[in-house]
Amino acid sequence: MRELTLHILDIANNSISAGADRINISIVENQSDDTLTIEIQDNGKGMSPEMVAQVTDPFVTSRTERKVGLGIPLLKYAAESCNGWFKISSELGKGTQVAVQFQLSHIDRMPLGDIADTFLTLVLGTLNVNWIFSVKHDDKEFYFDDSELKRELEGIELTEPEVIRFIRSIFEEGIEELQLT
Amino acid sequence: MPTIKSLDDLKRIREEALKKQELKTTSGKTEIIVGMGTVGIAAGARETLKAILDYVDHNNLENIIIRQTGNIGIDSYEPVVQVILPGAEKVTYGRVNPEIAKVIMDEHIVNKRIVADYKIEG
Repeated sequence: MRELTLHILDIANNSISAGADRINISIVENQSDDTLTIEIQDNGKGMSPEMVAQVTDPFVTSRTERKVGLGIPLLKYAAESCNGWFKISSELGKGTQVAVQFQLSHIDRMPLGDIADTFLTLVLGTLNVNWIFSVKHDDKEFYFDDSELKRELEGIELTEPEVIRFIRSIFEEGIEELQLT
Repeated sequence: MPTIKSLDDLKRIREEALKKQELKTTSGKTEIIVGMGTVGIAAGARETLKAILDYVDHNNLENIIIRQTGNIGIDSYEPVVQVILPGAEKVTYGRVNPEIAKVIMDEHIVNKRIVADYKIEG
């Protein structure tokens, strides 16, 4: 995968598969520390310590034995190749948290890609998940919690054209104001 | 920064959409499902889904439900898109890039003709 937002989409889909109905995604670009940090936190069914160990290692188990694909090992490798780190913590019945950090200016760091499109895809494609997004660039923040939006739109599809346009403009304008590198 | 641009905007959108829905209660809804597992995403499923959303937006198509789902289980055909017209069987399309997505929207969603070239057994 060539963009960090594709990895975010991938991890978020693991959260959906784990039955999460609340998923927080945080992206923090800190120029003074020269770091880019991404966190995805869910309230899904969680994993045992053994399974946590397995999901970060692409060679331990065969694909039919677990639902998580190569996405996590690839992301871990990408971060560690950019003076960064990867952490995963999980508790059965509580949820899972994945955090990853990159050196922001590292030559091999993948671009973030289109954040607005990625958020739009997640919010529109999943009805039963409460999404909470936070994107920070130094002291500026874009914060979005879709619960109010979904409550106001109760009874109509989020994929009605006018709703798509409305939500898209929230993301595009909010992200643009941050002036991410 | 406010979470929502304007609550009044949202209320207006909702009321208008509900009004339109009342007029079309018998017509049913078309469902479009895009596979967004790891393989699908790596193969370009986000761009495919974006092309579908853009098409719905630009052509003002109403009463369409778009969903994403995990791995559909046919990795070599990703990105996979499934279309269910009201009262019809599910049709599965494989290797759907944004251009093919547009063809499927033109033919299957708008003209109600299955696009045999991209259809797979799934």
